[in-house]
Amino acid sequence: MAFAIALLIWAAGWFINARLAHGAQSDTRAVSLLIPAIFGVTIIAMWQVLVTILGISPIILPAPTDIGARFVTSIPTLWVDFEQTVLKGAMTGYIVGMLAAFAVALLADRSDFLTKGILPVGAFMAALPIVGTAPIFVKWLGSDWHSKAAVVGVMVFFPILVNVVAGLKDTSAMQRDLMRTYGAGYWPTLFKLRLPAALPFIFNGLKIATTLALIGAIVAEFFGSPTVGMGFRISTSVGQLALDMVWAEIVVAALAGSAFYGIMALIEKRVTFWHPSQR
Amino acid sequence: MNIRGIFPALVIVGFILAIWTVAVIPMNAHLAADQSQRDGIVVTPDAARDRQAYLGLTLVLKNPAIIPMTYALARPRLPSPHQVAIEMYETIFTKPPTSRRSLVYHAWVTLSATLLGFVIGTSLGVMLAVGIVYNRTMDKSVMPWAITSQTIPILALAPMIIVMLGSIGIQGLLPKSIISAYLSFFPVVVGMVKGLRSPDGMQLDLLRTYSANANQGFWKLRLPASMPYLFASLKIGISAALVGAIVGELPTGARAGFGARILVGDQYGPLMILWAALFGAALTAAALVGIVTLIERSTLRRMGMAGTS
Repeated sequence: MAFAIALLIWAAGWFINARLAHGAQSDTRAVSLLIPAIFGVTIIAMWQVLVTILGISPIILPAPTDIGARFVTSIPTLWVDFEQTVLKGAMTGYIVGMLAAFAVALLADRSDFLTKGILPVGAFMAALPIVGTAPIFVKWLGSDWHSKAAVVGVMVFFPILVNVVAGLKDTSAMQRDLMRTYGAGYWPTLFKLRLPAALPFIFNGLKIATTLALIGAIVAEFFGSPTVGMGFRISTSVGQLALDMVWAEIVVAALAGSAFYGIMALIEKRVTFWHPSQR
Repeated sequence: MNIRGIFPALVIVGFILAIWTVAVIPMNAHLAADQSQRDGIVVTPDAARDRQAYLGLTLVLKNPAIIPMTYALARPRLPSPHQVAIEMYETIFTKPPTSRRSLVYHAWVTLSATLLGFVIGTSLGVMLAVGIVYNRTMDKSVMPWAITSQTIPILALAPMIIVMLGSIGIQGLLPKSIISAYLSFFPVVVGMVKGLRSPDGMQLDLLRTYSANANQGFWKLRLPASMPYLFASLKIGISAALVGAIVGELPTGARAGFGARILVGDQYGPLMILWAALFGAALTAAALVGIVTLIERSTLRRMGMAGTS
């Protein structure tokens, strides 16, 4: 019975989407937003129907309506968690890591030798499970947001560094020669030619780092935190089998992650309007 | 890569090790002062409480005699590189690989979950990518979610997935593998879709003039053309899978694996266990990415695409 209804919902959603996707309007902006929205609603409706009719226990999988209700009633809690983890931990770490990466990249840029050394080492470090260093930072800096910011800073440092260094190499000899014929020295060339040319790379690194920052801030809280924060709430709620709260926190994490990424993508669009990928 | 190519990288690594070695002195200054005092060395200021007011560096400058002790503490705040190296040597080479105290044993536990998850995630990812490329409805409805999901801190789901699967009776290797699979899945989907779409109109037209059918178009053009993209995603996917397996071991209080060693070192044992586990995980990640890179090189070379990597 439940499966039949779920299947029906799926068929209906798919049918509408198939019509929309093959319809004449399929490439308009509205429809290309509508289709994934319908897909999402279909999944949530199936989830709701299966959980309600099959009577699945909320300690295994809560229904979307339960999660929604929990989300609405716990907005104050969710907000302080958001403040602690995202605004204090992730943001501070992101900014510090970013500034450090730029500083090191500019330093390395003065020497070809350093660039050659930093690129492979940075790329290697970026692939490591740095989030595992969280307990060390918690031991050193205490359990409040400072240790989370430190973990986040280290995590975002390497991808940003690699991208800035790689981006600064992305000018042709012709372009640099042109700057030289204008009599431009190192700094004018850097600010007027090489940094702007590096922007697509830099934003690539900055966008990768947004997700890493949230992961770092949340996972670091699993190793010790004050009694507030998204990672703290997730791990304690899992222990209390209050899975609706866990899901509510995950909704917040998803919204924060997409918003953070979206803001970066928006800034990128504004400042790299000249790049082929944005035209 | 020849020797001259890696020389700059080695210099950077040496530089990092040097900073680390020097940082050990101020980081461990307070602990070393306490220990030296117990061993009968005169330390100024005399009371441990008074010393807390000083920075590590000031304390060392006042008492240069404690410097050797900063490298010899049993439970340092920051172990020196040689201490970590000794710990790793002992846990890798002197313990039998079946012993719970052997790092190889824990590496294998994490690695098996990583590899299982990676295989599941990659195969599902490739299948979904093929579906997306050939089915317009799927492309329009699933692809935006696949891209959005990369901006979401999926790892936050890990504790819940473990508990959820645990409460329906699935335990052990599989829950960790599912987290690994989940993390390696999306990079593969996105990269593979890009790769399968990389042949341009000219190449597709050429196949049409050969009157190739869709099947041949897939096996002879799209799939080969997607290989560089696939390998780029695989490298991201395998390191994500390893991180997923390690984080998957944290909330369950797993008894084995790198994640378990990190927890044990953090909560009960000497911190050295944690450092050894971290470096073990780093070596494993490096080996995994290295293996994928080797397969990538030989595959691309055999396909006549060498030089793209």
